[in-house]
Amino acid sequence: MSKKSIIETEQEIIDDFSLFDSWEDKYEYIIDLGKKLPLLEEQYKTEENKIKGCQSTVWLVASYRDGKVFFKADSDAVIVKGLVSMLITVLSGHQPDEIIAAKLDFIREIGMFTHLAQTRSNGLLAMIKQMKNYAIAYKTIQGIEQKQ
Amino acid sequence: MKAPNSIPQVLDVTSIRNQFPILNRRVKEKPLVYLDNAATSQKPRSVIDAISDYYTNYNANIHRGIHTLAEEATMAYEATRHTVQEFIGAAFPEEIIFTRGTTEGINLVAYTWGRQHIIPGDEILISAMEHHSNIVPWQILCEEKDAVLKIIPVNDHGELSMDAYLELLNERTKLVSIVQVSNALGTVNPVKEMISAAHKTGARVLVDGAQSAVHLDIDVQDLDCDFFAFSAHKVYGPTGIGVLYGKKELLDSMPVFQGGGEMIKEVTFEKTTYNDLPYKYEAGTPNIADTIAFKTALDFVKEIGKASIREHENNLLDYATAQLQQIPGLRIIGEAREKVSLVSFVIKGIHPQDIGIILDNMGIAVRTGHHCTQPLMKRFGISGTVRASFALYNTREEIDTLINGLQKAIKMLL
Ligand SMILES: Cc1ncc(COP(=O)(O)O)c(C=O)c1O
Repeated sequence: MSKKSIIETEQEIIDDFSLFDSWEDKYEYIIDLGKKLPLLEEQYKTEENKIKGCQSTVWLVASYRDGKVFFKADSDAVIVKGLVSMLITVLSGHQPDEIIAAKLDFIREIGMFTHLAQTRSNGLLAMIKQMKNYAIAYKTIQGIEQKQ
Repeated sequence: MKAPNSIPQVLDVTSIRNQFPILNRRVKEKPLVYLDNAATSQKPRSVIDAISDYYTNYNANIHRGIHTLAEEATMAYEATRHTVQEFIGAAFPEEIIFTRGTTEGINLVAYTWGRQHIIPGDEILISAMEHHSNIVPWQILCEEKDAVLKIIPVNDHGELSMDAYLELLNERTKLVSIVQVSNALGTVNPVKEMISAAHKTGARVLVDGAQSAVHLDIDVQDLDCDFFAFSAHKVYGPTGIGVLYGKKELLDSMPVFQGGGEMIKEVTFEKTTYNDLPYKYEAGTPNIADTIAFKTALDFVKEIGKASIREHENNLLDYATAQLQQIPGLRIIGEAREKVSLVSFVIKGIHPQDIGIILDNMGIAVRTGHHCTQPLMKRFGISGTVRASFALYNTREEIDTLINGLQKAIKMLL
């Protein structure tokens, strides 16, 4: 079975969220995702891997295998961790170009990130930027490898 | 402490609430519960109207024009200066310098008095509970002048250690810059005693009154502070306007801050002579509308009376503290004997930001994070707190809503 596209995964999340009719359900779902996200091994929780939001800390680690980028992450705040978890579900395992091009409209569509995405109080935007930066970096490596 | 189940009626809160239009709005389809007053207070209708009245009826540049509008605007602007003078008990109106706020007031002192007086090896004393606005300007100055920033420690209750303070004071101490009420802990510091001790060793004292101006009776002559800075927006007034008070002889002898219009007497390309106080420190066209509305805010506070406001807020604080203490896993940060009007806390196993997000969904506005006091958070070994801060329009019912909200948040998050 081939992996779903970024857009397809985003749509699945949007569909999931459309089933919730209260904010509590939405948040419980995200909190649950946050709690279920595998813990990042301590050795990765370094200054270097930190994405500093104003209030919560996110650690993001990327790796590159067979032309695809894989992400792992953790946070000290569980809602942010739930959001990271969704971003990982959507972006991890895709090629650099796909990640770079991803618009991530689901963030707006699921209708709960309006203030989260805009305040500096969490690293959500910084997180997306960092994921894309990794993709850009791996794309450069990919280019070099192909030339060789 | 046993939780009281009601709080005495000191203020007519219903009629006060009716004067604050924003309190009628709903957030996430729920009535707004605004408990972030230490960040900025809401504004009564009279303040909002004063801004609009200025622009509608007598907008003009001040001090310069001879026409009617300019005169009306100038009179209104200067009237605020007199009201502020009375509000903080200054001896002269020209000791009241209008600034953008507390931060600008502190920076003004650092850039003028500081550059004039601080020399290598001098010490500037601040406390471990300072707001970044009362840390960074002094760090910049110390770096530039090769001076040393010394820190008065905070004990586990969130109080300054007076013994340590007295020990730190010495003949090299040129300035003590100290917060009167901590925005993160609510602690009221004994600034009068501290000022008197500092003066004995010859140091000057700046008081950061950002949080205290709205709650405490301020008398700068009685305190004998050399500088006092505060912001209108935390006293039911507009943003973008604040006050630096300074003793006249000090302000007179200090160099200018910003150059430009208004602050000059005569300009030639060879030499410019500067205006007298307070205009010497008010370069350029000031924030006229907000300055005028600031008077309205101070009149509003005066009319209700700070003593009653304080009593009401203290009742809210006691009630909230007692209720919060019932919540398992909750730890109050800042248990000083002298506190006003705000309570900071953490809950075991939960990040403050998560609590803030859940409460927001219930229409409850609290502050979460480090409150611009990162060194203080570090002192308590935490990254931040949840802070509920009260104003004269808050009610016991709102605290009940907060407590219920917290219980729900804990259930969802743990
Ligand atoms: C204790 C304290 N000092 C300084 C400030 C800075 O005030 P402003 O941002 O109005 O300049 C604040 C505001 O939060 C404060 O609480």
